[in-house]
Amino acid sequence: MTIETVRSSPAPSANGATPVPLTETTTLTLAKAINAGLRQAMLDDPKVVLLGEDIGALGGVFRVTSDLLAEFGPNRVVDTPLAESAIIGTAVGLAYRGYRPVCEIQFDGFIFPGFDQIVSQVARFHYRTQGAVRMPITIRVPFGGGIGAAEHHSESPEAYFTHTSGLRVVAVSNPQDAYSLIQKAIASDDPVLYFEPKRRYHVAGPVSPQPGAALESARVVAAGTDVTLLAYGALVSTATDAALAAADEGISIEVIDLRSLSPIDYGTVEASVRKTGRLVVTHEAARSGGLGGEIIAEVTERCFDYLEAAPVRVTGFDIPYPPAKLESHHLPDLDRMLDGVDRVLGRRR
Amino acid sequence: MHTVHTGETPDVLLQLLSPEGVRLADADLDPWVADVTGADLAALYQDMVVVRRIDAEATALQRQGELGLWPPLLGQEAAQIGSARALRADDFVFSSYRENAVAWCRGVAPTDILRVWRGTAQSGWDPLVHKMATPSIIIGAQTLHATGWAMGARFDGADSVAVAYFGDGATSEGDVNEALVFAASFQAPVVFFCQNNHWAISEPVGLQARASIAGRAPGFGIPSLRIDGNDILAVTAATRQALHRARTGGGPTFIEAVTYRMGPHTTADDPTRYRPAAELEEWATKDPILRLGRLLDSLGLFTPELESEAQARADATAAELRAGCIGLPDPEPLTVLANVYATPHAGVDRQRAEYAAYLASYDLTGGKA
Repeated sequence: MTIETVRSSPAPSANGATPVPLTETTTLTLAKAINAGLRQAMLDDPKVVLLGEDIGALGGVFRVTSDLLAEFGPNRVVDTPLAESAIIGTAVGLAYRGYRPVCEIQFDGFIFPGFDQIVSQVARFHYRTQGAVRMPITIRVPFGGGIGAAEHHSESPEAYFTHTSGLRVVAVSNPQDAYSLIQKAIASDDPVLYFEPKRRYHVAGPVSPQPGAALESARVVAAGTDVTLLAYGALVSTATDAALAAADEGISIEVIDLRSLSPIDYGTVEASVRKTGRLVVTHEAARSGGLGGEIIAEVTERCFDYLEAAPVRVTGFDIPYPPAKLESHHLPDLDRMLDGVDRVLGRRR
Repeated sequence: MHTVHTGETPDVLLQLLSPEGVRLADADLDPWVADVTGADLAALYQDMVVVRRIDAEATALQRQGELGLWPPLLGQEAAQIGSARALRADDFVFSSYRENAVAWCRGVAPTDILRVWRGTAQSGWDPLVHKMATPSIIIGAQTLHATGWAMGARFDGADSVAVAYFGDGATSEGDVNEALVFAASFQAPVVFFCQNNHWAISEPVGLQARASIAGRAPGFGIPSLRIDGNDILAVTAATRQALHRARTGGGPTFIEAVTYRMGPHTTADDPTRYRPAAELEEWATKDPILRLGRLLDSLGLFTPELESEAQARADATAAELRAGCIGLPDPEPLTVLANVYATPHAGVDRQRAEYAAYLASYDLTGGKA
């Protein structure tokens, strides 16, 4: 292993890599948008290193880190042994040395061996040391179901992390946000859990090189007046489809992509609920102890007088993740979202 | 005679100093302490006397209600002082909560060592100033941090070394085993310094390890040494050898320093419930301070001046510690919500504002908020 010199200019893309820096709006899949964002972050800051299983020659099981090993070398794209606690724990040591590690957890369900290092160490160092030690660690996690996978490959563990103070939590839904927010996550001096909607990896969309949204801002995807529908990750697309379908029935749904799960942009959420008076929150994660309950409690405290009906949750069930042939029953789909909309409108009980 | 300590004979306990204070020869270790002078030995002796006094004073402060808890290092002075004094200022220590003598060697003010145990802060010092991380209370977690830091040192082309301190109990943790895998794979410049003090609270080392702990390291591809941890010369030599290997691209080393926790796990513990008194008596004869004193005596260096100077330093340090501890101010109320994040976080910021308003509304701030 040799010490790599840092490239100051982008490599030629003869290998098919995404051209970086992006100079104009380009159509990229969500996976390639993250790849482009990682490349840009690595070009911008020589202290950005990637750690993870199979992220080197293979480019990750989802190819999100494709071609980065060839460009940046093994000291910046580190194929690690198969140990999630060590991936996170060594990132802590690297952060102590001034690095900005980006850890890839191969699948959502594999994060738990690293859970202790995340909640007991990464999340707490800044508080523990009264601000002396920062942990600018980004933990990338492909999350969510809908891909017909085996157990432990379709989970939505985000609430464990939004419940853990000291962490920022982001879930992206589209290529543009994926590109912008991975760079903002890496640049953040706080640790960031960055959830990637794996079933949307191959959906393409325009990506502009503009700096994009702040790390903690929600986005109004579709304006509406009757019901506020909150979603994040893969379900933003479903919620947008639901809004289109509801429009056919004369129901105007405002769809909000939360993007940031910690902190939550309650300013945007509140403004919408004050307008619509009706709130539906949807996520794939289990209902009990999930983000939906927390958001609804907060919204109820903040704008009770504006609510026309009890808010509604459309979520995964309180079950272990089911077998692939049953997951369509578990995952909120367009029809279940519309059912939730009907309930908040008092059209169904 | 042991010529090679690269893991072939990890069951052998290496010594340079018998419990009677007799200097023993070891061809492999001797060169690493060949330059140790009488003045160096006297300084190590003073260090050990002072940290034992810090330990006793802190225990007394806990008994008097000034500290919530204290984890004594009594009996482990040679293992900690010998290894920590071998480090360079640019090396980085990742320790457990018992390495208070290591903190002393890293220049941490004694009062600062007590902050955590008085409950005024979760970290007594700035880790980046002293090149010593906040001690890990989660057992073994810090070995991964040390390994990551060492990986970074290697990426940087630096010759600084990370040192991970942990105990025999920690060797059962997954994190320690993962750290050994990563350190070996990346040939990270890290020294794994395991103080086998024979007890993990009430569990004897035999419950953690059926065979020698040092014997595990070669299975990871890491050379190891098993040394008498109450022998400060063997500790110094082994640590220097391991540091040199790490600095010169030779990768990690595992040192098992066999020592004994003469006190309780913490001041909340009662070892009489699980530990035979005879075992304690046996280990009392292997005391690290007595041992170095006997060597100094045999060299004609154990002078009344040395003794009185050591005592004076210990007394002064203890007085500083006591005054400093009692004088530590309680943190201001709103620091409970400070530094959760490095950059503004709307959720925590809101709770802080709400709590500030609450305190102000009832005049509960003590005039501080």
